Amino acid sequence: MVVFEKPKSLTQKEFHYCPGCTHGIIHRLVAEAIDTLGIEGSAIGVAPVGCAVMAYDYFTCDMVEAAHGRAPAVATGIKRSLPECVVFTYQGDGDLASIGMAETVHAATRNENITVIFVNNAIYGMTGGQMAPTSLPGQVTQTSPYGRDVKTAGYPVKVAELLSALDGPSYIARVAVNNVKHVLEAKKVIQKAFENQIRGKGFSLVEVVSACPTNWGMTPQKALDWVEEKMIPYYPLGVFRDKTAEEVQA
Amino acid sequence: MGNKVLMKGNEAIAEAAIRAGCRHYFGYPITPQTEVAAYMAKRMPKIGGVFLQAESEIAAINMVYGVAGTGRRVMTSSSSPGVSLKQEGISYIAGSDLPCLIVDVQRGGPGLGGIQPSQSDYFQATKGGGHGDYHLIVLAPSSVQEMADLTALAFELAEKYRMPAMLLADGTIGQMMEPVELAEPQEPKFEEKPWAVTGTKCKREHHIVNSLYLAPDELEKKNFERYERYHTIEQTEARYESFMMDDAEYCVVAFGIAARVSKNAVVAARKKGIKVGLIRPITLWPFPKAALEKAAAQVKGFLSVELSMGQMIEDVRLATHDARKVELCCRTGGMIMSPDEVLAAIEKLTGGEK
Repeated sequence: MVVFEKPKSLTQKEFHYCPGCTHGIIHRLVAEAIDTLGIEGSAIGVAPVGCAVMAYDYFTCDMVEAAHGRAPAVATGIKRSLPECVVFTYQGDGDLASIGMAETVHAATRNENITVIFVNNAIYGMTGGQMAPTSLPGQVTQTSPYGRDVKTAGYPVKVAELLSALDGPSYIARVAVNNVKHVLEAKKVIQKAFENQIRGKGFSLVEVVSACPTNWGMTPQKALDWVEEKMIPYYPLGVFRDKTAEEVQA
Repeated sequence: MGNKVLMKGNEAIAEAAIRAGCRHYFGYPITPQTEVAAYMAKRMPKIGGVFLQAESEIAAINMVYGVAGTGRRVMTSSSSPGVSLKQEGISYIAGSDLPCLIVDVQRGGPGLGGIQPSQSDYFQATKGGGHGDYHLIVLAPSSVQEMADLTALAFELAEKYRMPAMLLADGTIGQMMEPVELAEPQEPKFEEKPWAVTGTKCKREHHIVNSLYLAPDELEKKNFERYERYHTIEQTEARYESFMMDDAEYCVVAFGIAARVSKNAVVAARKKGIKVGLIRPITLWPFPKAALEKAAAQVKGFLSVELSMGQMIEDVRLATHDARKVELCCRTGGMIMSPDEVLAAIEKLTGGEK
């Protein structure tokens, strides 16, 4: 009996991610959700610009590579063309919360029936560790070498809270993948974000608080500790919006 | 073909697109093309199509990219400043070898410019526009009838060659009303394209719509392949109208609304005994080089008439290898030349010669 195997929805291609990077875990959770829901044949993914740019090589479903920040607009086009397909985006913090903020907010406010997986690791990874819209106050990066100064660089963007202020979106949640308990919770939430779309519930976004040991300059273990000690207090976990539940109660 | 109806140029584009089976339109308001969006907003919901007012021109073109990836007919429309915003997305669509239609109803520039007609996006439209090595098929209507006809042709060429096509109109033709004969409506064709993302249905390898090639040799190969296709298009798809050129000793070159004005000037010059004709490029890319090259063997000089500071004139000079003098008659910023101004420029070119 097989008790643990690679999800069918991941290709045999080896991930290019750094040691200790949590993209691998999140890819796996997305693939497991696709497998569990049996939607491999109808899923279409949209890859971002950033570390996950080559996500199109890793998922076995049809994939489109979007311009930086534009994934929600591209996904909107795909979903409007093929409403029977299950369309998801996979985006990082620079992509979704900086250059693509308009596309994110408007896809959410339209309650576009898509699933957005938002990987928040508080840094631009692909370009070598610059300050992200989600970098913490005081966080040292290549472009905030003296620490993020909120007087000049402003405060981090709390995407889940921000989008929850809109009437439109159906489901907004924040999870983390820094320990087994959190990974198991994240798995459920990601699966729900796909289920919502299948049920026609509209826009679902899961923010995944993640680690970037390479650009944080930490060992993988230390990076996971930093998620727990620094990231999660600033980015509390939980479900911020669930209109699907509200409707059930009503 | 049906009966003639009186329509505004912008509305003719929208109706022609619907009749050509386009069921996906994404746009953002900007003068002087907003009638396209308004027409689509009214009609699309009634025929099971999609009209979506995007949050920006950037989002609109990326929605176009998404639909184009699924292999269906899709379009957006805008005017000059908005088309500048679309350039990133257009480059991605070209780099991913996807067909779509982009309409630019040009207004004066640069910057916010003005809202009056212009042809000063010629360079942007014909030389690529966004980053990287690529071209668009660029069609230039000079009547409301051509707004309709070239819209349908643009979809066909875009799909035939798997590349974006642009309808490069101007505010005059967008806003004016003329009788137009519309084509019979076609039902949308949804045949599965061998490259489109439609869901694998677990029956095939996944398709990837992408313009990223990190290995430079692969990217070079892709670009070479694309340019081989462009070469074929240049050889076979150039379109133009030739007017009074049989015995012409001088040639006016103009497209769009400038060609309409120039035609009047050519007729007036003929009445004065000046042997002048007109070549009107209908495709701006591919530019009708062969026609111009042939004309250079026949005429003594060319006059490029444009609503810009002189952009197409560079292609006229290239096509004719500077074998003959090429002069410019232009207005810009939203101003339009009168037939008399073009006639005066013809007389100057010919030096009073009859």
